[in-house]
Amino acid sequence: MATAIETQTVDLAARFPGIVSADSRPGYAGFMIPKENLVEVATALRDELGYDLLTSLTGVDYIAENKMEVVYHAYKTTGGAGIVFKVQVERVDPMEIPSLTHLWHGVEFQEREVWDLFGIKFANHPDLRRILMWEGFDGHPLRKDWREPFFEEEVKPYKSRWPEGKHTFAEDKNIFHDNLKFPKDFDPEKYVVDKEEDLYASLERYTLKDEAGKMKTDHIVVNLGPHHPSTHGVLRVAVTLDGETVIGLKPVMGYLHRNHEKIGERNTYLQIIPYTDRLDYFNSMSNNFGYVTTVEKLLKIQVAERAEYIRVIMAELSRIQNHLIFVGMLINDLGSMYTPSLYAFEERELILDIFEAVSGSRMMCNYYRFGGVVRDVSDDILQKIKDLVFDRLPAKTDEMERFLNENEILVGRLKGTHVLSAEEAINYSVTGPVLRAAGVPYDLRRADPYSIYDRFDFDVAVRQNGDMMDNYLIRFDEIRQSIRILEQAVKGIPQGPINSQKPNYQIKAPAGEAYGRIESPKGELGFYMVSNGKGNPYRYHVRAPSFVNLTAIEKMCTGTKIQDFVALVAMLDIVMGELDR
Amino acid sequence: MYGLGILKGLSVTWKRYWDTYIDDISWAMSGKKRYQSEEGIKHRSSKNTKGIFTIQYPEEQLITPEEFRFVPFLVYDELADGTKNIRCTSCGICAKVCPPQCIWIVRSNDPVTGKPVPVPANYYIDIDICMNCGFCAEYCPFDAIKMDHDFNIASTERSVYNLEKLLKPASYYAEIRPQNYAIEEEARKAKEAAKAAKAAAPKPA
Amino acid sequence: MENEKLSLPNYNIPEDMQDVVAITTLDRLYNWGRRSSVWPLMFGLACCAIEMIAAQTARYDMARFGMEVMRPTPRQADMMLVSGTVTKKMLPVIVRLYNQMPEPKYVVAMGACASGGGPFKEGYNVVAGIDKFLPVDIYIPGCPPTPQALIAGMIKLQEKIDKESLKKVRWYNKEKKDGNYVPMPILGPDLIDVRRNAEYKQAAAKTTEESA
Repeated sequence: MATAIETQTVDLAARFPGIVSADSRPGYAGFMIPKENLVEVATALRDELGYDLLTSLTGVDYIAENKMEVVYHAYKTTGGAGIVFKVQVERVDPMEIPSLTHLWHGVEFQEREVWDLFGIKFANHPDLRRILMWEGFDGHPLRKDWREPFFEEEVKPYKSRWPEGKHTFAEDKNIFHDNLKFPKDFDPEKYVVDKEEDLYASLERYTLKDEAGKMKTDHIVVNLGPHHPSTHGVLRVAVTLDGETVIGLKPVMGYLHRNHEKIGERNTYLQIIPYTDRLDYFNSMSNNFGYVTTVEKLLKIQVAERAEYIRVIMAELSRIQNHLIFVGMLINDLGSMYTPSLYAFEERELILDIFEAVSGSRMMCNYYRFGGVVRDVSDDILQKIKDLVFDRLPAKTDEMERFLNENEILVGRLKGTHVLSAEEAINYSVTGPVLRAAGVPYDLRRADPYSIYDRFDFDVAVRQNGDMMDNYLIRFDEIRQSIRILEQAVKGIPQGPINSQKPNYQIKAPAGEAYGRIESPKGELGFYMVSNGKGNPYRYHVRAPSFVNLTAIEKMCTGTKIQDFVALVAMLDIVMGELDR
Repeated sequence: MYGLGILKGLSVTWKRYWDTYIDDISWAMSGKKRYQSEEGIKHRSSKNTKGIFTIQYPEEQLITPEEFRFVPFLVYDELADGTKNIRCTSCGICAKVCPPQCIWIVRSNDPVTGKPVPVPANYYIDIDICMNCGFCAEYCPFDAIKMDHDFNIASTERSVYNLEKLLKPASYYAEIRPQNYAIEEEARKAKEAAKAAKAAAPKPA
Repeated sequence: MENEKLSLPNYNIPEDMQDVVAITTLDRLYNWGRRSSVWPLMFGLACCAIEMIAAQTARYDMARFGMEVMRPTPRQADMMLVSGTVTKKMLPVIVRLYNQMPEPKYVVAMGACASGGGPFKEGYNVVAGIDKFLPVDIYIPGCPPTPQALIAGMIKLQEKIDKESLKKVRWYNKEKKDGNYVPMPILGPDLIDVRRNAEYKQAAAKTTEESA
């Protein structure tokens, strides 16, 4: 399997001699750019070389070399291999590199995340505030020398568990008897609480200027969430309203920031798999898929043939149930409570029954392993899948479409609202169904095929208008294409072993880096991993589609009505577990 | 005409509404029990299900698939003389592989020699940390720790299970996971037979 | 079921409950009313929330227990189902919601995360169990508990309500008038539980400054 990084086509070093150099560390690829030339090189990449989609941006803390690094992954929306470029700065505060938000709006939240978790500042960023933690939090947690309050050891397994594993609560070991950490001589009574002035100040730039002849109206700021019935979890959005019209909007997140990456860097490679289940908790199969694909790149191992088919079957079943729930939830948020979502949940339950039978759990499947899957799919489960794929799901999708698609109220609410054009979608790094609804046929299963998707005959679902109606309809198109893939997969599944490797819980990856990405139901799910040759990843980053897609919400919402905002949140199909990680 | 799409949609709910009664009546006519019978639950979880979809827990319960996993338990064999033989040898693989590190094992030492003995002195699982991933059962080389099917374990206080609470007999394991049990027993017998054959074979001079 | 047994004259009160429980006819009526219409707060935190939604849908149908009316506003809810990981950033919101709920109110910790921190306990932004702040009535283990396990937990809650007595419940207790009010935690350099300020100050004086 050729990895995207290995088949690099453009030699940046030759194009910018003396400025750009190839990354020569063993196991690494891509190019190093000095921070002074970053904007120049990135502009050339976007405008001249055609790398229009900057999907991922993250930081790495190389504490031993006393360097901080920011890694960028850019791709072409026409498909094919991508390009990796990196910027290094001395690890001395304050660190600063130029922001790329004016080239790609999609990096806005990702740059804020790097500032929050690594403490690297981005010059000329329009709104550089903490994003996952709150203002006033002590430290930048993903730095290698920052330790969490319940810190036990650098890496798992912890020595206190065996052979003298007397059970102790982690609280008892902490000086504050809780998951807490305060600076020396901290006095809680004197602490001045952050009133979120920065957040509300960031909204002010939307304040409309007084125009002659127009009535001046008061603007009000409304906080939706984090406890709100239609924000799909714990998303909070601060909105400035002029009457019912949204004139400014800022999402506030981190209410479900579960420190996935910090915990991941303590874990062994195997231990991360069940944690990935909890990223996008609707699609644990897809998350597993993305993660094991990345580690297999790092380990350079082949996957057993039968396992490849099983993986595709499970991932596509997962996509179908995700899109069904999407439809149910969207209609729910539009005010038609329950009936459509109850119909959708019925099909979901039948698909979850299959997941439960093969993996043991309805939602947290933990089913994929490096080189294959954990358990074979028995003949009677395969028969159940066939029953669903050939009989039930096509009929029920038709029924759902008959039920909803022509409903005048639904069409009235969705048609023509929240239009996102193709150029904007690409500029905001939006991926997945939302990008395809805007008319860009960019599907990783075709654009950069992974696993065995190149063997199946299916079309990339695409719609042209980029409004809510197209976003809604494209989910049905995708369900049909998934059923097509499933039909071919269940017919063609060969006999044979389900794992090419022997069971091993102490996997060591050779030093190097890997970026693996798959087309998850929400968009491009990427994992960036750096290994230093030991049993635990040195850096583990999740490029979550929900997180990056949300960057566009500000653009899409301004100027529309507040009641449509609720539908838009459903339409972006965000999941907080993945958004906040 | 405006409203036609809504009517078309309503025809779906209308059909679904009657499905409930049609399915019930056809089951009653054929003399089969649609509710509170295994046959009925199987039907309602199959591709042919229509009409009422509800499984009325606790009166009836979904058929638990064999691989279903909830919290782990430790298996012991009941010997002929009534003593319990704990399969766990306190090798510590489960504690090492556990992703949230919720397993604590105290290895016991021989009181005379001070050397480790392959029996756990105590074994703790913090149930409120456990993520039910099943790695401990998957990587245990002695089939000593398995995932339970019993999910009715809600309590009024936070739970840390110790050895006593975790132990369950092999017969219980055979009951909840018959296929896995049969495969493991066969492998065990084959291994023992091979061992016996090796011991019986004359040593090469 | 437990409730039916309760109306028998020779119902055996468990030994450990004997001095706590007094079952009178009024109590029985009161408890019957409470247990049969526990309205949950519509409140999803993480993965467990999806299983909570699934428990409300056609297959499991929590409506059979009088729990189908999910109220988005705390002022109309009787039970807070803490369904998922409680983060430090979210905790002040949860505490505020709890304070706004009218009494009698119950808290159910659904899943490992809400009960004791769960797999994310070691994380720097995770509260190791909601019971550090709110009085939890039922802990439901599992990650996530299946909808059936959730319903089993809800039945346990109903059993607990059955054993309540008007004289003993905490919200009619005059001495502890504000016993149900939890002061709002503050987000400082870390989460500040204002009830423990003195303790923090004392411990913070002892901490050695780590290299930042």
